[in-house]
Amino acid sequence: MHNTIWSTIFSAGTFNQMFRSATPVALAALGGLMTEHAGIMNIGMDGMILMGAFVGAVASYFLASAFLGVLAAVLFGVLIGLFFALFTVKLKSDEFIIGCALNTFAMGVTAFLSREIFGLSGTSGYAVPSLPVVRIPLIRSIPFVGDILSGHSVFVYATWVLVLLMWLFVYRTPVGLWIRAAGESPETLRTAGKNPERMKWIASILCGVFCGLAGAHLSLGYLNGSFVEGMSASRGYIAFACVIFAAANPPKAYLAALMFGFFDALGLRLQNYISSDLTGTIPYLITIVMMVYVVVSAQKRRERLARQQLLKLE
Amino acid sequence: MEEEIRFSHISMEFPGVLANDDISLSIHRGEVFALVGENGAGKSTLMNILYGINEPTAGELFVRGEKVTTFAPKAAIDRGIGMVHQHFMLVPSFTVAQNIVLGHEPRSAAVLFDNRKAEKVTRELVAEYGLEVDPSAEVRDISVGLQQRVEILKTLYRGAQILILDEPTAVLTPQETDELFEVIRRIVREKNMTVIIITHKLYEVMAISDRVGVMRAGKLIGVKNTCEVDERILASMMVGRPVLFDHLDKKGEPGEVAIQVKDLFVADNRGLPAVRGASFAVRKGEVLGIAAIEGNGQSELLEAITGLRKIEKGSVSVCGQPATGKSPGQIRQMGLSHVPEDRLSTGVDKVASVADNLLMGRHKEKRFNLFGFHQRRSTIDRYAQELYDKFDIRGAGIHIPVGSMSGGNMQKVVVAREFTFDTPALIISQPTRGVDIGAMEFFHTRIIERRNAGAAILLSSADLDEVFRLSDRIITLYEGRITGEFKADEITKEEIGFYMTGSRKEADA
Repeated sequence: MHNTIWSTIFSAGTFNQMFRSATPVALAALGGLMTEHAGIMNIGMDGMILMGAFVGAVASYFLASAFLGVLAAVLFGVLIGLFFALFTVKLKSDEFIIGCALNTFAMGVTAFLSREIFGLSGTSGYAVPSLPVVRIPLIRSIPFVGDILSGHSVFVYATWVLVLLMWLFVYRTPVGLWIRAAGESPETLRTAGKNPERMKWIASILCGVFCGLAGAHLSLGYLNGSFVEGMSASRGYIAFACVIFAAANPPKAYLAALMFGFFDALGLRLQNYISSDLTGTIPYLITIVMMVYVVVSAQKRRERLARQQLLKLE
Repeated sequence: MEEEIRFSHISMEFPGVLANDDISLSIHRGEVFALVGENGAGKSTLMNILYGINEPTAGELFVRGEKVTTFAPKAAIDRGIGMVHQHFMLVPSFTVAQNIVLGHEPRSAAVLFDNRKAEKVTRELVAEYGLEVDPSAEVRDISVGLQQRVEILKTLYRGAQILILDEPTAVLTPQETDELFEVIRRIVREKNMTVIIITHKLYEVMAISDRVGVMRAGKLIGVKNTCEVDERILASMMVGRPVLFDHLDKKGEPGEVAIQVKDLFVADNRGLPAVRGASFAVRKGEVLGIAAIEGNGQSELLEAITGLRKIEKGSVSVCGQPATGKSPGQIRQMGLSHVPEDRLSTGVDKVASVADNLLMGRHKEKRFNLFGFHQRRSTIDRYAQELYDKFDIRGAGIHIPVGSMSGGNMQKVVVAREFTFDTPALIISQPTRGVDIGAMEFFHTRIIERRNAGAAILLSSADLDEVFRLSDRIITLYEGRITGEFKADEITKEEIGFYMTGSRKEADA
């Protein structure tokens, strides 16, 4: 019995699922870290993902192309980013309230429109084209590793590239510097002759785009394309936690998302042994533990620094 | 002398305020021009026009003979104007090099930021101007004096020919001030740059400037060659009447101990030790001044004595009674009043009226209320009006919110309230920060009055001149430790500087 649980947990399937589950969270986190760097508290990512998922599914269905679906989700993400920036940057409304409003609005409007378009059962029963699966030659034939790394939707691999690109963008491009300066010390940037508000607009739009991608992955990145009400399942909040956990560093945020993905996959595996209602809570519990760890470790680090300073001075 | 900048009949009107009133001024290339005036005289507004932050409502500005038409910092930077603001414009988590190149980054492969080149450029600037600083250090880890160097290097990197310094010495030690002046002299001499320095410290005007312009109430009162004036003349021009500055009559001998601090340890907001084993006593009829650079534990020390901050170890007693672990209210009862360093957050309630702010701490007294809950407004107003007149508070009366008053008058409200408690012990922090010269004189006279009446006063101020003027004894604080104790008339400002920076301790002296 024990042997079977362990072999289930640490099977190739679990790790394969880990990458798949981590991807939408990682994509949203890439967006969230942009707004985080620009000094905007963005808790509206969940709503952005949900709308991205819906727009992706609808466009994919009507245009009969998953790629056009993704494109629509991205374009819609630009709009959402503009909308978010309009309120938080231009009109200087409270970021928290706008984020909340965005989430609530997304829940309502996607549910309403999905019922209007597809009927009560949502998209099930409709053929929504989904993205193809990539089978990497050579690697796919390596035992175990091949099962983990090969056979994902194109999103999983695109995310790897995007993580690296964003890492370069944030830390190694002038615009990345400006966005970080806009968040940390906007007046400094202004006196340097750059407009901090413009940086916040850029960050907000990028956030919309990444959340749109995350949504499109949810509705189009699996074997059968579909939209389910509330399918973002709080991944926007998890992504926000990953951003904080990683101090808005892209590769670290991806690792945090992988951790989420692992426990999500684990929950799915354990459903055979424990009630699925219970296993479903695992990733969220882990998120709480992660956040507590961030706070406690920061406290520990401060105490250690304090002790070192004291020693140095004695 | 070639003309570098010309303000021609410049006026700047903000809603309800004429901040600059028909100012015409010409500044020459290669000179150090000092701009002095009280708070609100319009110096910063005028410089903000030059730096493109404000667009004047009337008049014309010429830089090197060319009329300025676009007012924006970016355009000003392109015209070779650099400004070091009073509050530094630096990104704390960026390195020195990244801060210097921000906005004009060297690139590699067209789109990437070239950090190595940024550091190389910084090293070249450092070598060229002799402003030593580590290009790869993060700005949050370096001292305030070094941060100011980064600010100056930043303007030089952007090709500044004209350098505006807004109150540059407010945060510097005497040694750092000397170093800054050395840098200013060098860039003027070797690079023929033009430096405009905004300040209210008149001895600095005398030390560094070639010419000086005095502003008052938005007008330019006069422009003089520095060698033809002295501090007294400048002070009178600034205030608009003769300023009696040098004589504070200190009388009487110190009496018994009123504030006793023994081996005190206090932590700062981050939990780091801010005060490490401070011991001293303040006697009745004396002023004990604390000389320290900001962030060396003086704020935490005063907060601990007044009961606002937890004491980790050691003891405090006020008028012979143990005050360790007591609440601020209880400590006040023992006979301690407090003029806090940040008047806006802990000195007044901004939205409450002047009258209510003057009453605070006395609201439980029988004469001000009936049966403990009904306030007697007319008695309160009469009391408030009395203090208002006595302390020469100027504003729109006692019923307006304190937050709408100027800094100096707000401080008068705090001082009026605290001094009227007539307690044997007083803690005064930053009594004249952001207060103009005329009012400064007033506060100093009042403080010495309380001292002569037998109060024990513990004073902390970022203005070293003030500490010297008011104190009988001075203690220096460095990284939370007392590094020296002196009689105020037996030590110079320069010597004190060594103790404030920890480069000398009393044991070595």
